[in-house]
Amino acid sequence: MRIGDFKANYVADEAVFKTPTVRFWMGILFAALLIFPFVAGNYWLYMANLVGVAIVAAVGLNILTGFAGQISLGHAAFVGIGAYTAAILTTRLEVPFFLCLPLSGLSAAVFGLIVGGPSMRMKGLYLCIATLAAQVIFEFIFVHWESMTGGIRGINLPAPSVLGISLDNEFKFYFVTLAVVVICVTATRNIFRSRVGRAFIAIRDRDISAELMGINLFHYKMYAFGISSFMAGVAGCLWVNFLRTVTPEHFPLIESIRYLAMIIVGGLGSVLGAIFGAIFMTLVPEILKNTLGLLVDAFPQAMGYLFPLQQIVFGLLIVVFLVFEPHGLAEMWRRLKDYFRLWPFEY
Amino acid sequence: MSLLAVKKLSLSFRGLQVLSDVSFEVVPGEVFAIIGPNGAGKTSILNSISGFYHPDEGQIFFEDQDITHMAAHRRAALGIGRTFQNIALYRGMSALDNIKLGAHSHLKTGLLASLCYWGPAHREEMALRRKVEEDIIDFLEIEAIRKLPVGSLAYGLQKRVELGRALAMRPKILLMDEPVTGMNAEETEDMARFILDINEEHNMTIVLIEHDMKVIMDISDRVLVLNFGQKLAEGKPEDVQQHPQVIKAYLGEKKARNGHIPSAAR
Repeated sequence: MRIGDFKANYVADEAVFKTPTVRFWMGILFAALLIFPFVAGNYWLYMANLVGVAIVAAVGLNILTGFAGQISLGHAAFVGIGAYTAAILTTRLEVPFFLCLPLSGLSAAVFGLIVGGPSMRMKGLYLCIATLAAQVIFEFIFVHWESMTGGIRGINLPAPSVLGISLDNEFKFYFVTLAVVVICVTATRNIFRSRVGRAFIAIRDRDISAELMGINLFHYKMYAFGISSFMAGVAGCLWVNFLRTVTPEHFPLIESIRYLAMIIVGGLGSVLGAIFGAIFMTLVPEILKNTLGLLVDAFPQAMGYLFPLQQIVFGLLIVVFLVFEPHGLAEMWRRLKDYFRLWPFEY
Repeated sequence: MSLLAVKKLSLSFRGLQVLSDVSFEVVPGEVFAIIGPNGAGKTSILNSISGFYHPDEGQIFFEDQDITHMAAHRRAALGIGRTFQNIALYRGMSALDNIKLGAHSHLKTGLLASLCYWGPAHREEMALRRKVEEDIIDFLEIEAIRKLPVGSLAYGLQKRVELGRALAMRPKILLMDEPVTGMNAEETEDMARFILDINEEHNMTIVLIEHDMKVIMDISDRVLVLNFGQKLAEGKPEDVQQHPQVIKAYLGEKKARNGHIPSAAR
């Protein structure tokens, strides 16, 4: 049971990490994140980098879909635009990596604004289909604008370098990913402490009354599209510099749906939810694959049945999670925290 | 000088005439009530003033400025506040955040400032928090529930939070659509008291729609009666109450009643 938690001023009451206990655990978490690369093997570092990229993209999508209520089926395309921008800037103009990050974001944001334009007239499923069109169009451009994108063969990049250090392995890249994730998550959390974030939520919950409260719907929807695709672009830049190759196959429609699944499983309209969802959707398939790999070793004759099983179990897991907790992993986490906060009482 | 002037307002939806040729003026500092049977066009008038509906004909002036074609979100910044008949709070936010949202057009934080938060955005938020807590939440007596999600609140409290959100807009004129409908006697009395306090202490002009005649007669300075989109009468509550047209609209004609009821009883 948490007791004696009283705030004497508004600054303390509006803090993100409100109690010393929370600050202590956040400190532990950061220390663990910094120690992690020194103890983890290459495989887990590789996964950690992928999770980081997914977190940046998912947090971005959650701003647009979870908070501002504009469903997008084109998020992977914006990640792709960021990735291609970074690849082209690096290979043709030799733009340094740390400049590529914001530039990829900006380029994705510009296209995000164009795709978001129709949101003024369309809502819900209609907008969803409009963004689906964007996904298909950009996928087409990635494949067919060969002089720029290299067609289906894609583009290969050299290892990026920051301050003369070549980020040529998972270990070194991990710190860049971590820094970008921390910046993006902090910035997102900040949005929702100010009038911009409140306006996003108001548009999602009641757009008409939001307008009568003085919110310019078009501006704020554009902000949401812009910031969301900016983060997608940054994620794409990280992705391409980590894998050092980009092909159109990396950004299909199913990838957009995977990002949507991340924020739904994690929790719509929650920064923490996007993080949980990204971790879940990236790691669980790998864990399943590894577990099934062991089974295949044990029963080689059943291989043909075991591999599809991975997809089925993963799908079932998502359904089961959503049936028991429609508000996602973030809500589960909140309930778990409440349990410890109130213990030994029920409520 | 009138604060709000509606001149010859007409509004129709696909041939259905909702308002025809309605004119009235609201002077600063008064409580102006609009009454009428269901479907008389009361809410349509408020929606036209707020900018949600666009009238076919006529003009609306606010502080002598023609706002007939102004975008809805700009009218809020001019000082037109609003509460809704079917509570239109944002269910994903706490009562406190809902009220803070009302102050939207008085805040300056842009997208970039909000991304980094520390600095100007932080200062603005803290000043806002103080104002909302000390001027609005304290006044409406909702300290205990301010951090709860609005979806979990009782109906009467939701109405109160909605009033708080409208007050955070610091409007010059407050349009209230059925502020006490669906409330019990105690909640109604509280709300009537709040309305009078806002009007008298903050000198806020109020336009309200209500079906509760007792409340209308008690708190309003002037009343406008609508029927089928047309203006029937306008004046002091006690005069309007005696107006033959109004009695006819609300109770029906004497002859018809006499002729009708016995035949139905038989």
